[in-house]
Amino acid sequence: MSATASAGGKGKLLSDTLAAAKAEGRSALIAYLPAGFPTIDGGIEAVKAAFDGGADVVEVGLPHSDPVLDGPVIQTADDIALRGGVRIADVLRTVREAFEATGKPVLVMTYWNPIDRYGVERFTAELAAAGGAGCILPDLPVEESEAWRKAAERHGLATVFVVAPSSRDERLAKITAVGSGFVYAASLMGVTGTRESVGLEAQDLVGRTRATTELPVCVGLGVSNREQAAVVAGFADGVIVGSAFVKRLLDAPDLAAGLAGVRELAGELAQGVRRRA
Amino acid sequence: MSSDFFVPDPEGRIPSAQGYFGAFGGKFIPEALVAAVDEVAAEYEKAKADPAFAAELDELLAHYTGRPSALTEVPRFAEHAGGARVFLKREDLNHTGSHKINNVLGQALLTRRMGKTRVIAETGAGQHGVATATACALFGLECVIYMGEVDTQRQALNVARMRMLGAEVVAVKSGSRTLKDAINEAFRDWVANVDRTHYLFGTVAGPHPFPAMVRDFHRVIGVEARRQILERAGRLPDAVAACVGGGSNAIGLFHAFIPDEGVRLVGLEAAGHGVDSGEHAATLTVGEPGILHGSRSYVLQDDEGQITEPYSISAGLDYPGIGPEHSYLKDSGRGEYRPVTDDEAMRALRLLSRTEGIIPAIESAHALAGALDLGRELGPEGLVLVNLSGRGDKDMDTAARYFGLYDTDAAVEADADGAAEIRGDAQ
Repeated sequence: MSATASAGGKGKLLSDTLAAAKAEGRSALIAYLPAGFPTIDGGIEAVKAAFDGGADVVEVGLPHSDPVLDGPVIQTADDIALRGGVRIADVLRTVREAFEATGKPVLVMTYWNPIDRYGVERFTAELAAAGGAGCILPDLPVEESEAWRKAAERHGLATVFVVAPSSRDERLAKITAVGSGFVYAASLMGVTGTRESVGLEAQDLVGRTRATTELPVCVGLGVSNREQAAVVAGFADGVIVGSAFVKRLLDAPDLAAGLAGVRELAGELAQGVRRRA
Repeated sequence: MSSDFFVPDPEGRIPSAQGYFGAFGGKFIPEALVAAVDEVAAEYEKAKADPAFAAELDELLAHYTGRPSALTEVPRFAEHAGGARVFLKREDLNHTGSHKINNVLGQALLTRRMGKTRVIAETGAGQHGVATATACALFGLECVIYMGEVDTQRQALNVARMRMLGAEVVAVKSGSRTLKDAINEAFRDWVANVDRTHYLFGTVAGPHPFPAMVRDFHRVIGVEARRQILERAGRLPDAVAACVGGGSNAIGLFHAFIPDEGVRLVGLEAAGHGVDSGEHAATLTVGEPGILHGSRSYVLQDDEGQITEPYSISAGLDYPGIGPEHSYLKDSGRGEYRPVTDDEAMRALRLLSRTEGIIPAIESAHALAGALDLGRELGPEGLVLVNLSGRGDKDMDTAARYFGLYDTDAAVEADADGAAEIRGDAQ
């Protein structure tokens, strides 16, 4: 496991936050919101609203022109953000302002090309300086990740890897051996989007992942309400929710209503992760 | 055993085990696809070593596709190419009308070996989609084709062909609504349905093993052409030319000539309205290395890694990426890549039609335009071999609008001027 305790990034804050939730006998709530959506300042307010409502961790999306792993809801949000002119500097400002306002762990989630192009050293240094806790890079497989991991570790940032139901046990071990912060278990085969139920497949994946690592295992892709959150909280260390938050903002008549919707959903889900069905 | 038409790279040095051609290639895919992509790689390695696979594919390529494809000398066209001799490798005469069927039949056999029952594919011009729908009809596989909405309109004939063959055609409305977006949507489908679905990728891009595997299935183009030109012209060509979008027909032609150091490998990419216009798909001319659709290669992108929207009159070349082996050939200096504008390609399309009675696809017309320049550079002693990767039937609506060929168009007179221009060019 990498040392995330060095100066700079808040990788350790992420680990401590997840450990604290575990000590309270509950799962953590991890929200995803894209930067620059619906506007740059509105996106910053949305992250704060998610924390305010009860999220323990927020993943800030760095929008990409070709979000191959995202469903229609997040694609739409990314489109709006990019048409609004969001830049990497704006993503970093989102991380900084959200962290400074709340003191809670903020991750960045994005595709590999923007970071590859921006420069690994430059991005990790700037993300750490902004108070970021780490990164999730779902199209950067473990085999291609060494240069990134070294830079992230140097700057105290966690590298969260995604595992899938199709990942075989030996591959899970290979991934969790080099990941840090937590392991992101993609609970349903499929791109991100609101699902009506959460499959048993997730529970099996969490079990197989836990057999390989001490890292917390958090489950994403599918949860949109309190009941589902409680089901996932029954077997996972964290519940990751993205599309449902974005949908609250998309469907709202104005920003204030959207922010209220984000806060309300975070509150509902925060109850769910404490209930453990 | 030796096969006539399934002729994969005998050396096997490139790519590396990790799928790298020098600095390009690799496998940048989500974890949900790792097992499926690894399964394709493993099954392809097994198939390559299995004489029964080669025998079955050879049989299909000979009696279904119609290989070997002809090599046609085009002397009247060549009068416009500085008097150099020009030969066309006639992939347009393959069943379904393009080179795409070579790869599709190989991957369809692979799909059956893997026990998958559903095939998805992307298509730009519709040629890969038609070839895939054809193979799925032949093998009894469920077939879904993703096609950008812009392309479903400009290649409407091919949409009808795919539906006639029993495929479902999904018009993709995201992004630039062209080939790149069709690939994005196909990847989303694959992630969601990976258990029973094979993504029958149509070009030499994508994650390893697709760039090497698709190249191997098309390698027959160059192997045949090299043998044919030696028989017909008594020597190797000075240059081989092909259009490049993702780069599959070009790598198919080039690959057998790579060891022949005297043969220039020239790829022609779509310059649209010009490489300085901001409206083009000239990835190797103006792109920068990056990651798109699962591998590292040259990419059209901005300074923060956002992919920029490409443009070409040709749906099949309208793509902001390129297969990694082409990036490798460019950087190593073995390959040359040149831009050809819409107008240059359309003039070459009309010229071949009127001098030789062969209507090429707009994609292939980019290669023909490049060959005209190469011929002029080489002079009367020159010998140029061009891959005529597809036929132009699908492009008749675009061409008719461009040249004003419909009765309702006032521009029929302007076309008479075009004929005069062609006569004048030859003098």
